[in-house]
Amino acid sequence: METNLCVAGFGGQGIMTLGKFLADTVCHRTEKNVTFFPSYGAEQRGGTANCYVVISDGKIGAPLGEVMDELIIMNEPSLKKFLKTLKSGGTLFLNNSLINCEVEREDITLIEIPATQMALEIGNIKVLNIVMLGVYIGYTGILSEEAVWKTIEENLSRKASLLPLNKKAYEAGLAYGRERRGK
Amino acid sequence: MTRIFMKGCEAIAEAAVRAGCRFFAGYPITPQNEIPEYFARRMPEVGGVFIQGESEIASVNMVYGAASSGTRAMTSSSSCGISLKSEGISYAASARIPMVYCNVQRGGPGVGAIQPAQQDYFQATKAGGNGGFRMMVFAPSTVQEAIDLTYGAFDYADRDRNPVLILADGVIGTMMEPVSLPEMKPESEIEAIKQSKLKWACVGHELDYPNRSWIEPGHWNTADMQKANEEALKVYEAWEVNDVKVEEYMIDDAEVVLSAYGISGRIAAAAVDKLRAAGIKAGLIRPITVSPFPYSSYDKIDYKKCKGILSIEMSIPAQFAEDVKSAVKERCLVSTCLCSGGNIMSEQAVIDGVKKIMEGRV
Amino acid sequence: MNLIYTRTKTIQEDKVSGFCPGCMHSTVIKLIGEVIEELNVVDKTCCITGIGCCGLHMDYIAYDTITAPHGRACAVATGIKRTNPESLVFTYQGDGDLAAIGLAETLSAANRGENFTVIFVNNGIYGMTGGQMAPTTLIGMKASTAPAGRNAKEHGYPMHMCELMNVLTAPYYLVRTSCNTPANVTRTKNAIKQAFKNQLEGKGFSMVEIVTSCPTNWGMDALSALDFIQDKMLAEFPLGVIRDKSKEAD
Ligand SMILES: Cc1ncc(C[n+]2csc(CCOP(=O)(O)OP(=O)(O)O)c2C)c(N)n1
Repeated sequence: METNLCVAGFGGQGIMTLGKFLADTVCHRTEKNVTFFPSYGAEQRGGTANCYVVISDGKIGAPLGEVMDELIIMNEPSLKKFLKTLKSGGTLFLNNSLINCEVEREDITLIEIPATQMALEIGNIKVLNIVMLGVYIGYTGILSEEAVWKTIEENLSRKASLLPLNKKAYEAGLAYGRERRGK
Repeated sequence: MTRIFMKGCEAIAEAAVRAGCRFFAGYPITPQNEIPEYFARRMPEVGGVFIQGESEIASVNMVYGAASSGTRAMTSSSSCGISLKSEGISYAASARIPMVYCNVQRGGPGVGAIQPAQQDYFQATKAGGNGGFRMMVFAPSTVQEAIDLTYGAFDYADRDRNPVLILADGVIGTMMEPVSLPEMKPESEIEAIKQSKLKWACVGHELDYPNRSWIEPGHWNTADMQKANEEALKVYEAWEVNDVKVEEYMIDDAEVVLSAYGISGRIAAAAVDKLRAAGIKAGLIRPITVSPFPYSSYDKIDYKKCKGILSIEMSIPAQFAEDVKSAVKERCLVSTCLCSGGNIMSEQAVIDGVKKIMEGRV
Repeated sequence: MNLIYTRTKTIQEDKVSGFCPGCMHSTVIKLIGEVIEELNVVDKTCCITGIGCCGLHMDYIAYDTITAPHGRACAVATGIKRTNPESLVFTYQGDGDLAAIGLAETLSAANRGENFTVIFVNNGIYGMTGGQMAPTTLIGMKASTAPAGRNAKEHGYPMHMCELMNVLTAPYYLVRTSCNTPANVTRTKNAIKQAFKNQLEGKGFSMVEIVTSCPTNWGMDALSALDFIQDKMLAEFPLGVIRDKSKEAD
């Protein structure tokens, strides 16, 4: 089994952190292989930021496939850029708080999440990526929910005051994801 | 062994520190900035020196100086910056100064593209600077391999008193993978290594003309210059016998053999598995040392069965393919699968290339 | 209604710049464009950009431009100007480009009194590659290759390029400005205009050093970066004319 995931959005939306938390969990809490590949550009800011995570039981070839099994998309420019890379039958996790356009594909599963809105309701727009991570884990079950939380906890250990907020965000995401899977 | 999750550039730097590297000088250039940045944090912890030079030319010459004192020393850059370093590399090769450097290749020629590429193959393997010297050149295809090869590179450099090149690329440099790290060499061992070079190191010697240190990147006397080159040649020839590293993967019964190095090598390996699963008997020759080149691996191919070789690299025009062709010696067809400009090799393009060979469409 | 302001035609309309929010490269590029238009020299302008964020505008300006290898802009400009004396030649360089890797080329061109203009954008950091230490980084200022901040003992002091050139005989006009206030933006524009005029009159080497911000790599928002310029950068890099030979008594 191999999963190719692309996470994309604006710089500053925590795209890289989301991807890294996932990959980090695979590395430290499973036996599977994993790669994390950030795309990088000449400009320091502006435009889209994206990263690729490949999780596999076997050896991994390219750390970014041409065809994605799953997409996590946080803004409109990224949707335009990456939708075509999603395989037929793949899953799109879409932050629809920031996206007004139609998703013009019938052959995929679309999970829409008002993630920016959820983050704001929880109390801080910065936990947007953790909401999305929660939804992704809750829906796919690709990693254990506790294992991912452990990674978040460890990485935030130096900013322990932020933990309750992140916990709330993660759990709200998980609940949303689980509920969508149930449907 | 415990797995840790590391970025290629940082893993290369940490491996160097563990191998006893105590001097690093570099100049910023994408996609290898994490190497100098890591050393900037790490060197003070181990009593080493980090300097951000004012240019690549300055940085490589700082390393030339540091290594001349017997210290394990390293520099790194990417493509166009490596061109600037060629001056210092050539001086080190001529003066027989051991040093390690890393090229995290990006697009070229010129300032090129900051995205990953493999456009510096000839420069790395045939002419890293003026004067026709050779180096051992290691091409990692995973972050783990980058660690292991960097760790070992300092030993080869010291053994041969020659520069050693780690030929990486923007993917290997910026991706993260689970790895395990080699042990940290104890200070006593690092000191002993330094002491072992005292005979030639430029650190002050007794007033004793024949035994003083004289780091000479050239000779006025033509006979001496020729002799120096003949001695270097003996070192280069010994590599062919002793030091070739290669991954040979399922070539015994192969109807088609893929060949690639570095990042393309790992993509090719994944393609071989997919092709085998689809019933095509594919194999892979992946040079780990691209200099010395594993010519004899290509003699193991059963040319009665093999319909062709697909040489794969992220360079247009092809460069690596020239070495593959001279290894195959026209025993079968060699075709190429190429991309360039910062684009990453596509597994599908590799598979399509193989199918073309199988169908006799090349 | 009277038209009192339009966007300079030297910037292509349908293009978007790649600069970060709060970056002053875009301000300087606009000023240069306005001066070129006002002097009516678009058709003979040749811009030589260094490597760095100082090259991110090449795609959207409307006049001729060459990208030099990193640090070598003044050498490239020398070649262009010597073979094309009628053109208006200027280099556009960052601090890493001009004062680190290109120091030899920069000082040598100034010393020869080359008849071109250097526009030197001093933001105290390497912008494009992500915040490494520059020759002009302030003491105590953090950079990714000086994680504990620049310290004089190890890294020396911020390099003052105008003052350094002021010990050479040849340079004609050396001035330092900033873009942190509307008044300073106007002064910068006047300085660029003066420097270009000097060149058109064959007076020799001029350099306009512009103290700017890099909010992204300074880790600040754009407004705090303005304060940082005023309080910290300008304390180290005082503004003003360092040399103007036209004012010297003959
Ligand atoms: C020979 C060479 N070395 C390194 C680089 C990588 N590089 C690109 S931009 C840059 C830094 C530019 O910094 P600065 O001159 O301060 O300009 P800014 O980006 O701040 O405008 C570097 C080191 C290169 N392109 N060529």
